[in-house]
Amino acid sequence: MSTRAHSMHADDVVVRFADTNVLDRVTLRIDAGVIVALVGPSGSGKSTLLRVIAGIIAADGGRIAIDDVDVTELPTHRRGVGMVFQDNQLFPHRSVVDNAAFALQMRGIPKRERRTIAAEWLERVGLAGFGDRRVQGLSGGEAKRVALARTLAAEPKVVLLDEPLTGLDRDLHDRLAGDLAQLLRDTSTTALLVTHDHNEAAVIADRTVALADLQATRSSGEAR
Amino acid sequence: MDRAGARVNRPPAWLVAALAAVPTTALALFYLWPLGTLFTETLGADAVADTLRRATTREVLWFTFWQAVASTGATLVVGLIPAWLVARYEFRGRGSLLGAVTAVFVLPTVVVGGAVLAVLPASIERSTCAIIVAHVLFNIAVVVRLVGALWERLPTDLSAAAATLGAGPLDTMRHVTLPLLRPALLATASAVFVLTFTSFGVIRVVGAPGTRTIEVEVWRRATQLGDIPGASALTIVQLLVLGLVLAATGLLQRRWTTSLDLAPTHRRRPRTRRERSLVTAIGLTTAAVVIVPIAAMVIASFSSPTGWTTAGWTDLDGGEIRPGLRVGIDPVAAVTASLRFAAWATLFAVLIGGLASLAITAAQRAGRLLDIGLTLPIATSAVTIGLGLLITFDTPPVDWRAEWWLVPVGQALVAVPFVVRAIVPSLRAIDPQLRAAASTLGAAPSRAWREVVLPMAWRPLLAAAGLAGAISLGEFGATSMLSRSGNETLPIAIERLLGRTGATLQAQGYALASILALVTGLLMIIAERGTGRTGER
Repeated sequence: MSTRAHSMHADDVVVRFADTNVLDRVTLRIDAGVIVALVGPSGSGKSTLLRVIAGIIAADGGRIAIDDVDVTELPTHRRGVGMVFQDNQLFPHRSVVDNAAFALQMRGIPKRERRTIAAEWLERVGLAGFGDRRVQGLSGGEAKRVALARTLAAEPKVVLLDEPLTGLDRDLHDRLAGDLAQLLRDTSTTALLVTHDHNEAAVIADRTVALADLQATRSSGEAR
Repeated sequence: MDRAGARVNRPPAWLVAALAAVPTTALALFYLWPLGTLFTETLGADAVADTLRRATTREVLWFTFWQAVASTGATLVVGLIPAWLVARYEFRGRGSLLGAVTAVFVLPTVVVGGAVLAVLPASIERSTCAIIVAHVLFNIAVVVRLVGALWERLPTDLSAAAATLGAGPLDTMRHVTLPLLRPALLATASAVFVLTFTSFGVIRVVGAPGTRTIEVEVWRRATQLGDIPGASALTIVQLLVLGLVLAATGLLQRRWTTSLDLAPTHRRRPRTRRERSLVTAIGLTTAAVVIVPIAAMVIASFSSPTGWTTAGWTDLDGGEIRPGLRVGIDPVAAVTASLRFAAWATLFAVLIGGLASLAITAAQRAGRLLDIGLTLPIATSAVTIGLGLLITFDTPPVDWRAEWWLVPVGQALVAVPFVVRAIVPSLRAIDPQLRAAASTLGAAPSRAWREVVLPMAWRPLLAAAGLAGAISLGEFGATSMLSRSGNETLPIAIERLLGRTGATLQAQGYALASILALVTGLLMIIAERGTGRTGER
């Protein structure tokens, strides 16, 4: 478990797709251990910003810093940024526990040890005993919990969550929202949550910002 | 398909039976019977045991096996790079690159062999190394097509997810991408293994003298040594090995298949400068790998030790080495013999395959059996087909060895599975609603079929004819077994000429190979046009 929380700064991020600016000088600063919810209508570029922070998409301008260290030129796997994808992106050829243990494997931790650690994370997300299951048979909520365990087990400096609760039924949604908030707080994780649901944002995040307010052209760029 | 269609509206049974009669008879007479003869020929005698006991047989088996394994491995390694390129990126010339790679795959084996001979330095020109190079060149398309088809639909976010978990590009490849591609990799490996295990033309052209795969040994025993039982025994051994390989892949395939949500194809243009130069470099290298050997072959046809010459194209007087002494190959005669045989083979193949396709689509479920039956010749090597025909039709009343039509029948058998594969999807794509519409306008089922399906079958038939023509023209295995001297086809002439010393003979061989490549290419373009247009509704 990370002992120290980390800050994340995205400054003046620009992304152009075919001549239109999807992100036009977006600035977002998150202090260590704070959970921020980013809201905005679909198609407004929220997910794009997450991908730029993770390094999955190269920005056409701007810089990303973690703990005041510029990571703009670092490839994704060296940034220490975790991401929970909207459709989970669990590895279909791996069991639940081997999904959760993936990051530990990449770090060279021996099989037995990494499985033990991964099993602990599965327990924390409420999936004790699920380790040997195939990921294809999981329900929507279970799959989301595996994705969360997989990301947190990597002990990333910043966790990005892309519409993590969209598409789940109301009951499950509320339960998972509570669990998610609890987990992120317990691990004092710095997190950025993308959602279009203001209630969800209020339940999970410390503060909520609208993407539109982060664009340089709209305001000062500081959302505090 | 057509599940909603009422049974009474289907084409009547008599129509299906009439359509299926010719293909079924042809299949039984020219494929199943000869195959049965091969088995009985060998099972009764001690031929299998005798043959296996021979040291040369074990050598041949071992060589066949390891060169196939090496070729398969090399093809996968080389082919994965362009497969990744065309699966993941959109770039100018992507379609042409894919076309060029595929074009090599449809070229006759002796042409690809000739191209490799022309491009390799003389020191490794005739060696196992050259064989593997030719096999790789030939089969890159299998990797690019089969693996690429799955790769371009793997969600890119799976790789992104791996990266966010700390996996570098190589780790992602090893732990995520390759495991997910495993079903396609396995299918590709087994296809390439089967193709290279039964390699014949390439070995005959680029192998050092005495290099023998099972196919070559079967041909040598049957036609050079007259050892029919030995040759038959080897074909049975080969069938058994191939059967085992296919069964094993089938089993593994079932176990390895992970259901995954395939994304819609998502290719993107390279964005960063590094990506752009990588795409350019791989694209140009791949293009060079497939184009340079073919170009070298054309250049070689104009080359002589003393400089440029057109002798390879003009000295068509029957290969005179010295005044009065000929090598016994007449290039002009080879061209005309090839065209004549290929024309008949095309007619047979389109007749059998076309009628079969109409029957298969009209008969719905019962058509499956005919479909499978006509696909079988793919699993049997061309040399085996030739040998079967040779030993079955050698006694009256079916002593047909001297009949002019036996060669085209052999070539047609090799082509029929491809003809069926080319026509059936096009026929299935004809909207069943159209036939229903004809029925509501008062047409009886057979009439509706005649008015709707038949008129739309012309274009796929034409496409299939192009395909059958290309296959027959380049067919080497069955033709080698069946053709008699004086009736050499182009591939046979090319193999002989390239095997001789003498600059003019070599240049002639390359000239004929260039002609064959050109004609095959044109026929394939016809085939492509035909299937391309009917594919869309």
